[in-house]
Amino acid sequence: MSDFEPRIVAFVCNWCTYAGADLTGTSRIKYASNVRIVRFPCTGRIDYMLLLKAFDEGADGIIVSGCHPNDCHYTSGNFHARRRWIMFRELCDLMGIDINRIQFSWVSAAEGSKWADVVNTTVTKIRELGPYTEYKKVANWPVKEVING
Amino acid sequence: MDELRNKVKALLEAKTVNVVIGYEEGTGKKPRAVFAVKPEDAAKLIYDSRCVLNLAAYITKHEVKAKGKMAITATLPVMRSIIQLASEFQVNDNNLFVIGLTPDNQVIEFKNLAEVETFIHKFEISIDSKYKEALEKLDKMSRTDRWNWWINELAPCFKCYACRAACPMCYCHRCTVDFNQPQWIPVPSHELGNLEWHIMRAVHLTGRCIDCDACANACPLGIPINLLNKRLLEDAKKHFGGYQPMLKGDHLMSTFKPDDKENFIR
Amino acid sequence: MTIDKRILRKDSLEKLFNILRENNRTIFAPVEHNGKISFKASGSFSSVATDYIQTTQSSKEAAFPRTEKILDYTKTRDNINASPFDHNQIPEVVIWGVRPCDAMGIAELSAIFNWDLKDEIYNQRLAKTTVIGFSCMKADESCFCTSVGGNPGNTEGSDILLTRMGEGGDLIAEIITDKGAAIVSFAGELFQKSEEGQKEKYLADVPVKFNRDEIRKKLDKYFESDIWVKQSLRCIGCGACAYVCPTCACFDIQDEIHGKSGSRVRCWDSCGFSQFTIHTSGHNPREVQSQRWRQRIMHKFSYMPERLDVYGCTGCGRCSRACPVDMNILEHLTSIQEVTL
Ligand code: SF4
Ligand code: SF4
Ligand code: SF4
Ligand code: SF4
Repeated sequence: MSDFEPRIVAFVCNWCTYAGADLTGTSRIKYASNVRIVRFPCTGRIDYMLLLKAFDEGADGIIVSGCHPNDCHYTSGNFHARRRWIMFRELCDLMGIDINRIQFSWVSAAEGSKWADVVNTTVTKIRELGPYTEYKKVANWPVKEVING
Repeated sequence: MDELRNKVKALLEAKTVNVVIGYEEGTGKKPRAVFAVKPEDAAKLIYDSRCVLNLAAYITKHEVKAKGKMAITATLPVMRSIIQLASEFQVNDNNLFVIGLTPDNQVIEFKNLAEVETFIHKFEISIDSKYKEALEKLDKMSRTDRWNWWINELAPCFKCYACRAACPMCYCHRCTVDFNQPQWIPVPSHELGNLEWHIMRAVHLTGRCIDCDACANACPLGIPINLLNKRLLEDAKKHFGGYQPMLKGDHLMSTFKPDDKENFIR
Repeated sequence: MTIDKRILRKDSLEKLFNILRENNRTIFAPVEHNGKISFKASGSFSSVATDYIQTTQSSKEAAFPRTEKILDYTKTRDNINASPFDHNQIPEVVIWGVRPCDAMGIAELSAIFNWDLKDEIYNQRLAKTTVIGFSCMKADESCFCTSVGGNPGNTEGSDILLTRMGEGGDLIAEIITDKGAAIVSFAGELFQKSEEGQKEKYLADVPVKFNRDEIRKKLDKYFESDIWVKQSLRCIGCGACAYVCPTCACFDIQDEIHGKSGSRVRCWDSCGFSQFTIHTSGHNPREVQSQRWRQRIMHKFSYMPERLDVYGCTGCGRCSRACPVDMNILEHLTSIQEVTL
């Protein structure tokens, strides 16, 4: 387990968190390199299916991040997103999807160090949880011979 | 029963509508949908506690719509579905006439959808206690057990989409699962494809499901998929004070409150 | 070969099940879940359902699974490597407790899969499948095998057919094919030679409801009839009827892609779906449900007999039981027989 390097996908909005992550880099703050960032115009565009697709493709953890409430570039995208995350999280929990592997956060363009912290703590948490084998097993169904459902 | 038949007969005689969607005796002692077009067809209509099929699914069916102005005999879940459909611009006063079949066995001719709305708002949407227990049982399981339980329950699903076809709110001409060039939700029936399909179905019905159980009743394999919808109904209550179908106003999931509460965002 | 008649004592059934398992047979048997009975790979005799008229799903999955891999592939910069389906992976299967109508369905399914092209995977699977049929002692109002050339004790399609002599009694075993004889060869002592038992008197009574040849003749003239519109108005266009049917064979080919590699799979499809016949241009030759419903009946009762010399319906009644809106095929067929143009 010790040499397990989590694969984490971060879905972030262009205007706040992406800029914030950029600032983390330009401020030369060192942080875990396990995260692949995917940039979206707005958290309102981050469809729940994208999160599931990340797990399908082998992610062990996910970060979803955007502008703080009232700071959305499009006024209310993050408010809509928040409502959807609240419900989606409940659904995932009911179905036994590990919601501890999805970290939601608000990170502004000025919060370079918060971004580093969100990533680091998420990586640590996922490292403790280990690889998301349950989901990978289901996603890799073609490996198994399918005869009968 | 006579009252219902007479009302329907009168509507068809006066040519107020071209078709009345109702229940008739089916095979195997189960009522089924009937489409009365001639006054004498009214004699086939029935109404009793076995009438659980959600007839509202037919309102948006192409071939039924093509008949023009229609009337529908509507139980409470059917009335709720109609108002939800109206709020989504799928039906309106000009093409639908509602004959309400109330829980206390009355037959009400509603003048317009606004009256139907007032009527349904007298009753709260609330899930049956047997489902509450089923959900509580799931909550008590460990997360991994819950996961395994669902993977096992969904495994038989062969993606016949009877649940989708039976749900009045699933009226899209092209459903997300039907897109396969490129694939989005896996088309074949396998563990991943079934999981994603059912998550998708539940999410798309969030804030719109009116708890009629048509989906679960339609499933030929008896998969308890309505538990997902029921949990989301409960969660809508817990987080946002619940919802009722409404002719005007915002839908639960297409709106927000700046002070929506959560405890998981850093 | 001529049918070899034996007797299987009631307590030998479990022994037979276990002997098959010991001989590396995967047994698909009727198993109950959520009040529905379907064929599943079954590890123990006690999990096999016994009290049912008909399983919800047919046993066709043994030879035609709902989802099966055809090939795997990986893409490199200038090449695609495809590795075809490995036939050796197909297990030796015994389908246990198949009703005569399902067994007969295998011939109909095989006719489709061997029409012009011989479907390799299907035939390979079938070659490794042995069918142990159970005659019907009970029937319900959806059953109509006798109207479509079958009967509750029909041996066609089974390798071994078992008939219970009364509730909880011993069983008459008819060894019909070489595959059946192969099973007897390693469970020989269970199959006793005996002259006792007349199976006919234990069979369910299924009255004949219509004449399929007459219906076929009528259908030739009924393509434009408004009967299809009338019958199909309450059909909601799902896939339930096709997916439970022992003879429905329509499938789709899908690529399941993970990055640079993937699998090509075959999965079930249904003529009831609105998008089943949609063309690339967007044109859909079967635009409305009545045309789809007509296709379902025409295919089974007109096109298949014309092209393949078999009918596409064995009267199992599954589609009627599974349909969420009570599109009862027996009722509809009878009404076709009754109408005049
Ligand atoms: S999801 Fe099920 S319970 Fe909800 S409206 Fe649709 S059919 Fe009814
Ligand atoms: S009706 Fe049942 S089997 Fe069919 S798609 Fe829905 S859940 Fe799956
Ligand atoms: S069409 Fe219906 S009755 Fe005929 S074989 Fe298929 S499922 Fe059985
Ligand atoms: S006949 Fe019934 S099962 Fe078949 S497509 Fe129509 S509604 Fe579905």
